[in-house]
Amino acid sequence: MAEAALETVALCKSFGALPVARNIDFRLPVGARHALIGPNGAGKTTFINLVTGRLMPSSGRILLGGADVTSLAPEGRVKRGIGRTFQINALFNRLTVLENVLLAVGERHGVAGDMLRPAGARRAVIAEAYALLERLALADDAGRLVRELPYGRQRLVEIAIALGLEPRVLLLDEPAAGVAAAETGLILDIIENLPSDIAVLIIEHDMDLVFRVAQRITVLVQGAVLVEGSPAEIAADERVQEVYLGKDSHG
Amino acid sequence: MTAAARLPQPPAVRAVLTRHRLRPIEALPWVCAIAVYYAFPDYLALGGQILVMTLFVLSLDLVLGYAGIVTLGHAAFFGTGAYVAGILAVRGWAEPLSGLVAAGAAAGIVGFLTGLVVLRTRGLTLLMVTLVVTQMLQEAANKLGWLTGGADGLQGITIPPVLGLFRFDMFGRTAYLYGLAALFIGWVVARTIVHSPFGRSLTGIRENVTRMQAIGSPVFRRKLAVYVVSAALAGIAGAVLTQTTQFVGLQVLGFEMSAVVIIMLILGGIGRLYGAFIGAPLYMIAQDQLAKDDPANWLFWIGLFLLLVVLFARGGVLGLADRILPRLRKGGDGG
Repeated sequence: MAEAALETVALCKSFGALPVARNIDFRLPVGARHALIGPNGAGKTTFINLVTGRLMPSSGRILLGGADVTSLAPEGRVKRGIGRTFQINALFNRLTVLENVLLAVGERHGVAGDMLRPAGARRAVIAEAYALLERLALADDAGRLVRELPYGRQRLVEIAIALGLEPRVLLLDEPAAGVAAAETGLILDIIENLPSDIAVLIIEHDMDLVFRVAQRITVLVQGAVLVEGSPAEIAADERVQEVYLGKDSHG
Repeated sequence: MTAAARLPQPPAVRAVLTRHRLRPIEALPWVCAIAVYYAFPDYLALGGQILVMTLFVLSLDLVLGYAGIVTLGHAAFFGTGAYVAGILAVRGWAEPLSGLVAAGAAAGIVGFLTGLVVLRTRGLTLLMVTLVVTQMLQEAANKLGWLTGGADGLQGITIPPVLGLFRFDMFGRTAYLYGLAALFIGWVVARTIVHSPFGRSLTGIRENVTRMQAIGSPVFRRKLAVYVVSAALAGIAGAVLTQTTQFVGLQVLGFEMSAVVIIMLILGGIGRLYGAFIGAPLYMIAQDQLAKDDPANWLFWIGLFLLLVVLFARGGVLGLADRILPRLRKGGDGG
């Protein structure tokens, strides 16, 4: 069995009496391409927020590369190799595309707390950020303010910032949400061309994208794992079909 | 992974590489300040106060303009510095330069202690907490009459010559140059910070806290750090005021002080480093002129002026200049 980049053990979270994550045992091997799907309100984003530390679990454990990070603050988890994108763009709107990525790369290089030397003197950081933009075909927009970009391009910046962290675990929260069909292909290309040692967990409603990218799929319903399997198994699973066809699932 | 040697330089990259370099226009405030010294010897008292307020506004720009911490209590630090310098002088430690350092340090410590609480809040809560902290300090200064002089203010401050050489004269010449030197040092500090990776990360915090956390930035620590630096600079501004006017009153800790400094920053332009150098002189000269011409209603005119700026010149005078200058250069086809 391959080493797990990310693992959760009996992860639970309740908001008052409402359980939003129920006993989630999840394992993301190194280099995995894994999709997390489920109907609206199934707790997919909650799961990501638990893993990244934006939410604290009520019980259970989270392991990154085998180390327990359950009580670690969000920034500590980033240092341990976790990167994410947001379902709704969370960008630095009044900064340029390059500056958006620079902030992430600077944090990873550990230079972002430096008050004395000018940021412009960090050529290695700047070179790396620009190379990343070139890789994602964003170089032409490097000097534009993020808020001036079309939404589809902004989604790419979301991914670029996360990649600037050189994560070992990349969590993509609906990367294609709000993107025109024509531009979805670009995002798909990027995901398919990610370095093979990054473990990718993708939340997505676009099933074409899910089935093209994912090697494994986990279906989340009402905060609990309904089933996990290969795309073929998931496609054939009756319970999954029930959930997605909107029938009552007493499961 | 990527060789630093291979760095293509399209405009976006060049902008980042060269942003911190000094441009000729940045000499303008200093040229003006020195020109004023020679051209308006009768106005140096006002000029000195303008320099003090410029430093105060500059300190606010670091927290409000860059880090996006909207505070209504920046007078807490200005006032702390002012009182510390005054009390030290009255109690026998009158040497001005060490007094400035002590006042800055004291204000920085107050910034650190209050920041621990204040910076965990945001929005309206932050506004209220910063406001309350300042009011409490003012009330403390009011009650501790034996130390601060209470409502009468602290009197009997005498400051020996700066470096043993430059006596504070009745025309305010030394005071003006002293204030100018303090402002210059404050500007060097602020400018260095703004262009540093730390300063860039502050703008990230201003633009999107959630994302900053998601890229692993210790947001609270960064905010606290800039809060302390800003508090120290504000404290130094307050101390200069005390030392050059040889008096401290409760108004240095007043709500009006916190409000006026924000107005000056908005007038000049927020988050631009030089907003302070426009806003403070503009406000204070307008106040001086209007108070002379129309003593009953000058506040109304200031208000009207501010309203116009907010409605028609978002980004203050500097924001307006940003929009107009390119058009002039391109002969009107810009936009």
